[in-house]
Amino acid sequence: MNIFKTAKGFWTSIVLAVVFGIVMQFLITGEIINFFYVNTLYFIGINIILAASLHLIIGITGQFSIGHAGFLAVGAYASAIITMKLELPFGLGLVAGGVAAAIAGLIIGIPTLRLKGDYLAIATLGFGEIVRIVFLNIEYVGGASGMTVTQLTTWPWLFGSILLTLLVIRNFTNSTHGRACISVRENEIAADAMGINTTYYKVIAFVIGSFFAGVAGALYAHNFFIIQPTNFGFLKSFDILIFVVLGGLGSMSGAVLAAILLTIVSTFLQSFPELRMIIYSLVLVLMMIYRPQGLMGTKELTSFFKIGKSSKGGVTHDKNTVA
Amino acid sequence: MTKTPLLKVNNAGIRFGGLKAVSDVNLELKQGELVGLIGPNGAGKTTFFNLLTGVYVPTEGSIELDGDKLNGLAPYKITKKGISRTFQNIRLFNELSVLDNVKVAYHSLAKHSIMSSILRLPKHFSEEKYMEEKAIEFLKIFSLDNVLHEKAKNLPYGQQRRLEIARALAANPKLLLLDEPAAGMNPQETEELMNLIALIRKKFDLTILLIEHDMLLVMGVCERIYVLDHGQLIADGTPEQIRNNPKVIEAYLGEEVS
Repeated sequence: MNIFKTAKGFWTSIVLAVVFGIVMQFLITGEIINFFYVNTLYFIGINIILAASLHLIIGITGQFSIGHAGFLAVGAYASAIITMKLELPFGLGLVAGGVAAAIAGLIIGIPTLRLKGDYLAIATLGFGEIVRIVFLNIEYVGGASGMTVTQLTTWPWLFGSILLTLLVIRNFTNSTHGRACISVRENEIAADAMGINTTYYKVIAFVIGSFFAGVAGALYAHNFFIIQPTNFGFLKSFDILIFVVLGGLGSMSGAVLAAILLTIVSTFLQSFPELRMIIYSLVLVLMMIYRPQGLMGTKELTSFFKIGKSSKGGVTHDKNTVA
Repeated sequence: MTKTPLLKVNNAGIRFGGLKAVSDVNLELKQGELVGLIGPNGAGKTTFFNLLTGVYVPTEGSIELDGDKLNGLAPYKITKKGISRTFQNIRLFNELSVLDNVKVAYHSLAKHSIMSSILRLPKHFSEEKYMEEKAIEFLKIFSLDNVLHEKAKNLPYGQQRRLEIARALAANPKLLLLDEPAAGMNPQETEELMNLIALIRKKFDLTILLIEHDMLLVMGVCERIYVLDHGQLIADGTPEQIRNNPKVIEAYLGEEVS
C-alpha cells in the first residue's frame, strides 16, 4: 500500500504551499510587489476558487452547469449583508457566503439535476439570470446601484480559502464518493446499475461546488468597494466555464492553471480595451482547435511526478491513488 | 426441485403510449438456474431486462425478487436488492482504471462518510484500503489483475466484456442478467466466455438470466430457455424442446409456405 508514501507527498505539498503563502504575505506587507500586482493576485486567487468549484460539478460529475455566477452573487451579497448591514466579522461573512450559496445550490440542484445535457445547461443559465434580477430588485441590498462594501479581503483569508477549497475538492474526488461522481460522468445508466444513487451524488457535488463559489463570492465582494448585480451576469458564468474547459475537463490542476493564465492574460489586455476581447477570444479559438482536450486533458500535475516512480504500467491518471 | 423461485414475474408488461413493447410475461427463475432468453431482433428482450432492473417501471403486472416487490424502485435500489446486469453495448466507466471500475461497484459496501473522506480520517484510509484489496483479489479471478491500472477504454474488446461481467458480479448480486455477452465475439472468445460463465457459476452462488443470439452458446450452457417474440413469451422449455418447437421456428424463420 502506498498510503504513507502518498500521504508524505501530500504533507510536503501542504507545507510548501503554506511557505509560499507566508512568503507572499511578507512581499505584500513589505510593499515589495506593487498594488497593481497584488490586485491581480487577488483576482487570480478568487478565480482559482471559482474554477476548482465548477470543476467538481462539470469536470468530475459531468453536470454541465453554466449558472455559476449565480452562486457567486449569492455568496457575495450574503457575506456583504453580514459584514455591512449586521456588522459582524469578515470570517463569519465568508462562512455565511458559502452556506447561503450551498443552500441555493441544494434548492436549485434537486429539481434541475434531473435534467440532462443541454436542458440542464439552459436551466442553470436561467437560474443565474434569476439571481441577478432578484438582487436588482431588492432595495435592501441597493438594487441596481449596488451595495458599498469595505475592502476586507486580505491575503491570509484568500490564501486560506484557496487551500481549503483545493484540499476539500481533492480529498472528495480521491475517495469512493468522488469515484461515484466520476462514474455518473462516465456513464450514468451504468452507475445506476452498479448501485450508485446518482441523484444524490449529483446534488452533493453541486452543493459542495456552490459552497465554494459562495466563499469566492464573499472574497470577491470584499475586494471591491461596491458590488452590483451587473457584475454577476452570464458572461461571468462563461468566464468560469472557460477556465474549466480550457484547463481540461476532469483535471483540477488544469482548471487552476487555466484560471491563473487567463486572469493574467485578461488583466494585461486591459491596457488595450479595443483589442482585449478579440485577443481573448482568439486564444480560446486557437486553443480549442489545437488542444481540444484542454491544457491538461484529464491528467493532474501530480501524475507527471508519479510516472517515474511506478514502472508497472504507470499511473494513467490521478483518480486511482488512494490517499 | 422444491426450491422457492428467486425471481417471479407475473403478467409484467410495459406500454409506451399505444405501443405494447412487452406484455403478459410470466417467468420464474429458481435459485442457481442458468436460463436463456432468446427471440428475434426487436422482440423486447432488452426492454424486459430494463423492466427487471428498474430503468423502466412496468405499467402492468409485478416483479418479485425473493418475495420482495421490485416495481417502481429506483435502479440503484434494485441493484442493492440483488439484481446486477451487463449491457448489450458495453457500458464501462471508460476513463476510469480497471480497478476503479470494480471499486465503483463496491461503493455500497463503503462505510465511511463524505466528511471522513474530506477530513482524511482513519476510517477513510482503512475502508479505501479494504476496497482496493478486495477489488484486486476479485480481478484475479477474471485474470484482469495484470491490467489493473489500465483505462477501461484501452482494453481489447474481449477483456472489456469480461470486465463488465466482473463489475456486475462485484455488486454481489443474487441474480445476474447478461445482455448479449457474446455479441461481436469471435468463436474463440465465445468459447472463453462459456468457460467464464461456468467458472462464475461455480465460484458464486448465482442465478443467471442471459439474452443471446449465439445459439451455440445458448443451447450449450442454458438449462432452460424462454422465447420472446413481439413482446410476448411464445415458448419455454429445455433447449431440446425449444429447438423443435414449431412456434419458435416460425418466429425465427417465418411461416412455412404450404
